[in-house]
Amino acid sequence: MNSTFKDKIKSVFSNLRNRIRDFFVKGKQEKSGLQKFLTTDAFKNFLSSVICVIIGLLVGIIVIVIVNAPNSAEAIASILKGGFNAPKWQRGVGSVLVNAIPLLLCSLSIIFAYKCGLFNIGAPGQYVIGAMFAFLGAFFLKAPWYVCLILSAIGGALWGIIPGFFKAFLSVNEVITSIMFNWIGLYLLNFVAGPEAGIMYNENLAECFILPKSSLLPTLGFDKMLSGYKYVTVAFYIAIILAIVVRIILNKTKFGYEIKATGNNKDAAKYAGMNYKRNLIITMAISGALAGIAAGCFYLTGYEVYSATKQTSLPAMGFNGIAAAFLGCLNPIGSIFSSLLITHINVGGGYLDTTYYSKEIGDLISSLIIYLCAFSLFIRLTITKIQNRKKELAEANNATPEKNPDVKEEKVGEKECH
Amino acid sequence: MSDYVIEMINITKKFPGIVANDNITLQLKKGEIHALLGENGAGKSTLMSVLFGLYQPEEGYIKKDGKKVIINSPNDATALHIGMVHQHFKLVEIFTVLDNIILGAEPTKYGFIERKKGAERIKKLSEQYGLSVDLNAVVEDITVGMQQRVEILKMLYRDNDILIFDEPTAVLTPQEIDELMKIMKNLAAEGKSILFITHKLNEIMSVADRCTVLRKGKCIGTVNVADTTKEELSEMMVGRKVEFSVQKPEITPGEVVLEVKNVSVASKIHKGEAVKNVSFNVRQGEIVCIAGIDGNGQTEFIHALSGLDKVKSGEILLKGKNITHAPIRERSKDGMSHIPEDRQKHGLVLDYSLEDNLVLQKYWEPEFVNKGFLRRKNIRKYAEKLIEQYDVRSGQGPITICRSMSGGNQQKAIVAREIDKNPDLLIAVQPTRGLDVGAIEYIHKQIVSQRNSMKAVLLVSLELDEVMDLSDRILVMYEGEIVGELDPKTTTVQELGLYMAGAKRNVGENHE
Repeated sequence: MNSTFKDKIKSVFSNLRNRIRDFFVKGKQEKSGLQKFLTTDAFKNFLSSVICVIIGLLVGIIVIVIVNAPNSAEAIASILKGGFNAPKWQRGVGSVLVNAIPLLLCSLSIIFAYKCGLFNIGAPGQYVIGAMFAFLGAFFLKAPWYVCLILSAIGGALWGIIPGFFKAFLSVNEVITSIMFNWIGLYLLNFVAGPEAGIMYNENLAECFILPKSSLLPTLGFDKMLSGYKYVTVAFYIAIILAIVVRIILNKTKFGYEIKATGNNKDAAKYAGMNYKRNLIITMAISGALAGIAAGCFYLTGYEVYSATKQTSLPAMGFNGIAAAFLGCLNPIGSIFSSLLITHINVGGGYLDTTYYSKEIGDLISSLIIYLCAFSLFIRLTITKIQNRKKELAEANNATPEKNPDVKEEKVGEKECH
Repeated sequence: MSDYVIEMINITKKFPGIVANDNITLQLKKGEIHALLGENGAGKSTLMSVLFGLYQPEEGYIKKDGKKVIINSPNDATALHIGMVHQHFKLVEIFTVLDNIILGAEPTKYGFIERKKGAERIKKLSEQYGLSVDLNAVVEDITVGMQQRVEILKMLYRDNDILIFDEPTAVLTPQEIDELMKIMKNLAAEGKSILFITHKLNEIMSVADRCTVLRKGKCIGTVNVADTTKEELSEMMVGRKVEFSVQKPEITPGEVVLEVKNVSVASKIHKGEAVKNVSFNVRQGEIVCIAGIDGNGQTEFIHALSGLDKVKSGEILLKGKNITHAPIRERSKDGMSHIPEDRQKHGLVLDYSLEDNLVLQKYWEPEFVNKGFLRRKNIRKYAEKLIEQYDVRSGQGPITICRSMSGGNQQKAIVAREIDKNPDLLIAVQPTRGLDVGAIEYIHKQIVSQRNSMKAVLLVSLELDEVMDLSDRILVMYEGEIVGELDPKTTTVQELGLYMAGAKRNVGENHE
């Protein structure tokens, strides 16, 4: 039984390969505008991400088939359908969106730091501190939602500045500091939001108090659009706008020019008189603020109530942001799509029939995709190689008839050169 | 049978926007030293990369000992006993010399490295070819000359008999160059065939048997070195007559622009000082040159002067203003331009486009930035102006990624950027390192024209010819001190060499 499935998969795979090849060869021979487009980096980036996703999905499907072949068709369908599995699809789409928004913001945080040559693995820590600041704003200041959001950004920024400061002035590697600050941040939040501090802890439910209405993000009519699903909020616009803003800062501004120069060549940046230390700290602050506001955009929807006793490991959001950033080829706009996709598959995994499959299958597939993201550079290089080889082959085919008398040609060449 | 060990027949290799090699034929005889001469970007490196399997040619083929071979990767090249010493050495800095040589071809027994066996073989080789190295020294501690010998031993250890030297003398001192020339002659005498990429005509005249000249990707011809002259070769290479010495009108220097008072700089390697108590000044309309053998404190001094590193003690005045501790940007605004020693490390952001690199010292000016946003149109216009004016050649103009440009054009871009800042003081550190005669002539003219327009120029150079040719005054630096101030008109190269080697001094404690 398995073998027929494998054959099918094989044939699908080889078919796909051939098609991709045909696509390139055609493009090369026609030498049209399309061909030019096919060799641009943007297209290669896009294609390599798509291939990562496809391979990840295929491997995931194989796992599903191996675990329980008779029910696999249904399971595959529900993975692919993602949020559309919900009895009311609008609500399913809503649940994808509400999770994709913080993921996007975390990936923007990663991208921003990465362009300055920093690896912000501290996004989870900045995320939890962002959540803490948002809660404090909501429960103590009784602040309206926008103040809470700004507070969450400030919290994240603070948590980003600390490793930035250590790196700038003491040359301490930001990866090490920020990993430590991840845990410090988590336990700080768990202390504040848990029974130890007891200031926002509901002992009966073992979680935080319910957020006051004024602190909840406004839905701006999304609830009507999504048949009453009330957790998609203004955060959607905020995230998209921030993605565009990040892109503009990186590509159009003097500050972006400076931080990318720093990321590419620290010595040249210094030589050009750029203030490395200042830029580094500002970058970490912005990166942290993005991760912090991600938490605000998640918890201030009321979708999930934070539980200090249950949350004993770092939230996956910050780490998944790394995956979304790389799957989006470190492009702020690309990461909009990559974070939507990752969330889509995760949500789909939640709809699997748990009598046959454990619900972690969805996580497995998304982690496969994430894992394969590490290969996206390799895939990009392979694409370039295939393109070049096709080109060479095509030219060699055209050229062979004239070039056969190779032995005599040698002397001709000699004369020409002397 | 063929007389040739390697033949590259009608090689054509194209890159986007440029034909790097256009129908080039190169034939190497056994036991000869064959020079490959050409300007930067003429296609020498591309041709060698084709031979070494890094690129596949679109047309043409390669023959080894008369048989057609296909070289798809450096591994194939190694299997055919073709070895290459790259311009930038490929050594593991923290490994010992021995480990570097055997790396990738380690003699092993049950999976353990047999260092003794390797060492014995290397000793034999080094005696046979006269290559002295210290096998137990760590590579980062040894001189550049010895690093190069390590690279040569690496090739010999792998039984290579076709040796490619990619601009081997660019990083060497005059003494080390002489040494290398001897080694190359030895190797050829022992039956190795050598391909020698260079653009230094003196070296070709002294060691090469034949010479193939490339210009703009085309093969101009192959000549017997004995039958030709330096002038003829340079004309073949550049396509016109080249002036070897620079004409300088007499001018009386004006006011003092740069004043250095008792400057000391701490060393990064040892506890002492890399620069000790240096004082001098540079006036308008003169070129002051700091000469010396590499590693005698010139780099550290220039880093301190330009603000890349800290000054330990002493004072630096630029146009009377104390800039000893001023940030780099402020020095730049006050009229200091700096052509850095290492163009790839400091001079350029290699992954930036040419236009972005051309504004690297200016991007903050209102012409290029408005309320924090870059004014792309102005940047493009400015870049196009500089590219045209300074003849910077590249595949795609202003949007070319600098990494893909040839070394000479990278340097031209830096020179264009720094000179166009219209500085009061131009610091040029080894501005012609690794460049061909055409580019050198060009850059020398630019430097002299700065002097003629009454700018102050501080030149740091390891090339004696350049020092003698360009400067109005020579300061010799030895072990971090200025040991001599010489007038190029009344001094000889030999005398300069004595100062550089520390055998003579006329400034400082032992004033003569």
